[in-house]
Amino acid sequence: MSTLSIRDLQVSVNVGEGEDKQILHGVDLTINSGETHAIMGPNGSGKSTLAYSIAGHPKYTITGGSVTLDGEDVLEMSVDERARAGLFLAMQYPVEVPGVSVSNFLRTAKTAIDGEAPKLRTWMKDLKTAMSDLQMDPEFAQRNVNEGFSGGEKKRHEIMQLELLKPKMAILDETDSGLDIDALRVVSEGVNRAKTETGAGVLLITHYTRILRYIKPDFVHVFVAGRIVEEGGPELSERLEVEGYERYAAGAGAAKIGD
Amino acid sequence: MAGAVETTDEVASHLHPAGSFDVDDHPMPNGREEIWRFTPLRRLAGALDRQPTGAGAVDYRVEAPGEVAVASLAPGQAPRGTVLVPSDRAAAIASAETADALHVKVPAEVVVADPVAVTVQAGGGRSNGHVVLDVGPFAKVTLLLDHRGTGVHTANLEVVVGDGAEVTVVSVQDWDRDAVHLGQHEALVGRDASYRHIVVSLGGDVVRLNSNVRYAGTGGGADLYGLYFADAGQHLEHRLFVDHNAPHTRSHVDYKGALQGRDARTVWVGDVLIRKIAEQIETYEINRNLVLTDGAQADSVPNLEIETGEIVSAGHASATGRFDDEQLFYLQSRGITEEDARRLVVRGFFAGLLERIGIETVRDRLTEAIERRLAEVGV
Repeated sequence: MSTLSIRDLQVSVNVGEGEDKQILHGVDLTINSGETHAIMGPNGSGKSTLAYSIAGHPKYTITGGSVTLDGEDVLEMSVDERARAGLFLAMQYPVEVPGVSVSNFLRTAKTAIDGEAPKLRTWMKDLKTAMSDLQMDPEFAQRNVNEGFSGGEKKRHEIMQLELLKPKMAILDETDSGLDIDALRVVSEGVNRAKTETGAGVLLITHYTRILRYIKPDFVHVFVAGRIVEEGGPELSERLEVEGYERYAAGAGAAKIGD
Repeated sequence: MAGAVETTDEVASHLHPAGSFDVDDHPMPNGREEIWRFTPLRRLAGALDRQPTGAGAVDYRVEAPGEVAVASLAPGQAPRGTVLVPSDRAAAIASAETADALHVKVPAEVVVADPVAVTVQAGGGRSNGHVVLDVGPFAKVTLLLDHRGTGVHTANLEVVVGDGAEVTVVSVQDWDRDAVHLGQHEALVGRDASYRHIVVSLGGDVVRLNSNVRYAGTGGGADLYGLYFADAGQHLEHRLFVDHNAPHTRSHVDYKGALQGRDARTVWVGDVLIRKIAEQIETYEINRNLVLTDGAQADSVPNLEIETGEIVSAGHASATGRFDDEQLFYLQSRGITEEDARRLVVRGFFAGLLERIGIETVRDRLTEAIERRLAEVGV
């Protein structure tokens, strides 16, 4: 049983010329193993900033608050230490790494996370299974990481990593964006499989309710202007589907004036 | 195309004046000349002084399959001198001071499975060399020129690629740290022939190679690849000239370099001339440099001279930069340490070029050499 605990997290980003812009204004969130939390919010609300600052992207500066995983201070860790501690971020825009094959990359990552090289035979089998589950061509393993991948291939590749690296906590940053309905189903099944197999906690960041038909959230948090403005169960996402974010936008404006 | 009567010789390249065999036609440079302005003349250790090859200064060891004829050629003895006319003083000296050029001849239609390996072992002191690779029509061969040891070496390679032939040249500069090497590699690509030229420069204090291509007919293609890795204080300079002097020809230039350490210096100059007659040609050249540490400098100068617009495509690109933070973040976010992530990125950067070296033992040796370099500075 693991717990990712985010307390009053405040984050700014450098916007050039030494100027910082505050993006997160104090976020509180607790995720336990086996739980799925959906964070929903309009564009520009800071959802991705939350994801990337937990993962440790150097672009963001933590100006206050804390993030701990089972009591360990995540913010003190380097990016790779966070991953080895059990955090995983499925990125909205995965990065190309020319000349590095998917197979080499995955094996290197698996070795780093486990602290030892996986046994070749089980590894080849696991890789094959993960690829076939996600309906990927076997040749995929020989391609260079994210180079020339379609949007759908990139997302499948992210979820394949989730399945193979078996993190304690998985943050999925708009994994649903740019996917057609078939790809969305395949990718969602991958997330559900990973959850069932490892009991990971999931933080699902999305703009749309569509993915929540396939990945059932236990908790829904509405994220507006850098903070959580409403929380509830799955019924909250249904309400958002009907009403949209407009009513929060007004509230956020008022909150801003009050700041 | 009425009126297109201009012959190829009438339009000269602005960047590449006609060459000459006479050393005196190439005055001692002062460093302000366009072709010498990047080169550290004071470190050439007499390479531009006309001197004969010293006793024991160089040994050429040739390993050639039976169907390849190995002999020697005197100056002016064809095909020597039919393709390569020295374009600078170093090449003129190398030519003038080599009485017996190594002649590697592959008869027409002979497909040579194993590479012809020429190991140039320099034993210190001044040396000159000239190799003629003479490949008949529809023949196929790979030549490895493997430079090792140390000394001050000026040397030329002259390649006749017969019509429909397939020729690969791999030139490895694996010199000791203090060697000086200046050279000219010149190829004439026959009708429908294909020429691949792969340069790998790792060693030496100063290495400066001119790699040039022109065509003997239509339909020929040339791929010029290069990989270089400069350590602290090294100067590695690669100058290319593709002369599209025939229609329907193709060229592709892809050079990649890494630099690390104080005053590591690389120069890449890629010139492509598309003559008026050269309609429907395709050319692309790219140079990328990865600067791994502070204090290193990469110069990258692509030039296109275009005399006709009636072409399929022409382009060039040049990029010099440090590690891509987003790549490192992505790899690290999967648990890979920063050090390993950097190593993966550099390996990946060179992977495509190393794969093009068809000779496995050479590829493995160079891969190891690159790994050792990276380990030195903890990249």
